[in-house]
Amino acid sequence: MNNTLLALAFGALLPCLALSQPAEAKDWSKIRIASEGAYAPWNGMDPSGKLIGFEIDLAQSLCKRMQADCEIVAQDWDGMIPALQQGKYDAIMAAMSITDERKAVMDFAGPYGTEPSAFSVLADSPLGQVVFASKRVNLSAPDATGEAALAELVKALKGKSIGVQTSTIQANFVDKYLPDVSVRTYDKLDSASIDLLAGRVDAILGDRSVIEALGASQGGKMVQFGPDFVRGVLGDGFGIGLRKADADLKAKFNDALAAATADGTVSKLSLQHFGYDVSVK
Amino acid sequence: MNWTLMWDSLPRLLAALPLTLTLVFAALACGGVIAFVTALLRLSDYRPLVWTIKTYVFAFRGTPLLVQIFLLYYGLGQFDAVRTSVLWPFLREPLWCAILALSLNTGAYTCEILRGALQSVPAGQVEAARACGMSRTLAFRRIVLPIAFRQMLPTYGNEIILMVKASSLASTITMMELTGVARKIIAQSFAVFEIFILAGVIYLALNFVASQAIRLGEKRLQPCG
Amino acid sequence: MLDLLSFGPNGWGAQLLSGTLMTLLVAVSAFGFGVLIGSFAAAAKLGDRLLLRGLAETYTTVVRGIPELLVIYLLFFGGSGMVMALARVFGYDGYLELNAFTIGVVAVGLISGAYSTEVIRAAVRAVPKGQLEAARACGMPKMLILRRILVPLTLRHALPGLGNVWQLTLKDTALISVTALAEIMRIAHLAAGASRQPFVFYTTAALLYLLLTSASTILFEQAERYANRGTGRR
Repeated sequence: MNNTLLALAFGALLPCLALSQPAEAKDWSKIRIASEGAYAPWNGMDPSGKLIGFEIDLAQSLCKRMQADCEIVAQDWDGMIPALQQGKYDAIMAAMSITDERKAVMDFAGPYGTEPSAFSVLADSPLGQVVFASKRVNLSAPDATGEAALAELVKALKGKSIGVQTSTIQANFVDKYLPDVSVRTYDKLDSASIDLLAGRVDAILGDRSVIEALGASQGGKMVQFGPDFVRGVLGDGFGIGLRKADADLKAKFNDALAAATADGTVSKLSLQHFGYDVSVK
Repeated sequence: MNWTLMWDSLPRLLAALPLTLTLVFAALACGGVIAFVTALLRLSDYRPLVWTIKTYVFAFRGTPLLVQIFLLYYGLGQFDAVRTSVLWPFLREPLWCAILALSLNTGAYTCEILRGALQSVPAGQVEAARACGMSRTLAFRRIVLPIAFRQMLPTYGNEIILMVKASSLASTITMMELTGVARKIIAQSFAVFEIFILAGVIYLALNFVASQAIRLGEKRLQPCG
Repeated sequence: MLDLLSFGPNGWGAQLLSGTLMTLLVAVSAFGFGVLIGSFAAAAKLGDRLLLRGLAETYTTVVRGIPELLVIYLLFFGGSGMVMALARVFGYDGYLELNAFTIGVVAVGLISGAYSTEVIRAAVRAVPKGQLEAARACGMPKMLILRRILVPLTLRHALPGLGNVWQLTLKDTALISVTALAEIMRIAHLAAGASRQPFVFYTTAALLYLLLTSASTILFEQAERYANRGTGRR
């Protein structure tokens, strides 16, 4: 009896004894890429647990060009950058914007895509009725209508609660431009949208296509509020996140991306997933 | 180790302490009330009630707190019936959802602790009280409850520490308590170790204070100390 | 609603099932690992080496005093670094990587071990001294006493406590979903987000955990009955 129990205990331990395996030498024949899987249409997950979306297809196309064997892993957004630095994977393709803060700790290849940020509110809420004169605000050089739109936004959202995903450019945007709102940060934008539908937050802010996709899945219950926002704190498009030390990998990714842009692959994938072109020209 | 960052982050982390403490105290208070009522009902003779309490305790002790929090927060908010009910002003707020989940959780564990303690009170003590002419309620209030309380204090002390730790899960439903703030600082500074170690030290300090308080209480309640 | 949980192409049934198996696998491995650590730490606490006793005391105090989530995060982000630092001490200079499963098992195992330590220590102390003296008087060597007398008797006293630790361990595995290991909670969270049906998936997750905890309660009861056979107790 006791021997059996002991044997069982040790049997259970065996997986732990296979504690660690040495990783590949870095000739980049094998690359591990992290994505989130909760940010459709950029990256999503189907019910079988398979990653799908624009970035997944693009990653596979890039890997083919680099003649690398790629493994794409799903990883929570929160902690994605520290885990890259710890070497859990070699690259991030998860709609991650290139910003100065991030460039201080990591490097980016690309950008491979760009997209404005936008608010979403419930269609039947008071905010859903507000109409803005401006359709697009460039935050790095706002013109007069842009400034007016921002002022209007601050006024309309005063005292409201806004849901954003944690450690995103949108969280930075709210911190910088909307001091009078209460911010709720979520691990996923999906969770924030659940709370918008439940009426716990008055608006959510995210990348426009994701906001649109969330709205479409809810049959028109959510609508865009206010103009599109680009540049400034919102960064310079989505890049492939890399460790600073891996300059060789950055060069490889940039070459593959240039080739994929040149032969129209990026635009083609973009049309397929978004219905319009997100690629950077 | 980036000591400057740790030192600079300390005020921000400490600013989150009031919320952590609010969660813990509110959960312990509500959980205590829940436990008291459920433990008494559990020891009653009314079958359906006993079974209801048993199911409650079984469900909350048998599932992870994280599931309970998500179910109460995201799960309930999904229904129009809940959103139009009088409870919605409470359930709408993550703070109340967190307190509710923590209270129901600690209530289920404390119910069992209290029940065990009540049952461990020697029958002779109750009989002696009754023989002295005390009514059942008086005997319960003056004799059974104090003895049971003394009996359960060490186990309940563990439950308090578990609650301090469990309050960290409120960060998963947008609460900016200690762990929530720690994660926010990490999102900005990318310094995982420094901040988590700092947060860990604060939790350790909290639990040290809690365990010392319990020990003091145990000493005070010692019969012939 | 039911097709969300089905095993078809649009249902999360298959994922939830494999998630349940993963939860069970992690929990069993972590519990085993925890009992192993717990045995050593309990031995250290009961022994007279001051340094070892201090180490064991620090381990149980720290791990039981900080939130499980922090322990898991620290190992998730720092696990590889620690292993590499350790490997360097032994002269291995390469790059080592811990997978999500190993990290989950080690993290939950460390937490589980801290609680097992206390259970095992109390159980060892509950073994009557006379039993060990009798064994020694019969001329048994040390290892034989350990194997034939101490471990079986300790196990009997420890079983109820270890049963509690097992339940704790099983529930703690829900927290390793942050390491992206596909166990019940992670699947439920993903499915709830993707389908916007949180109630369905978190209720399913709760029921799966209830199934696991109640099944293991029955198993532990049987084990206790077996371990207590011939002791005059029921």
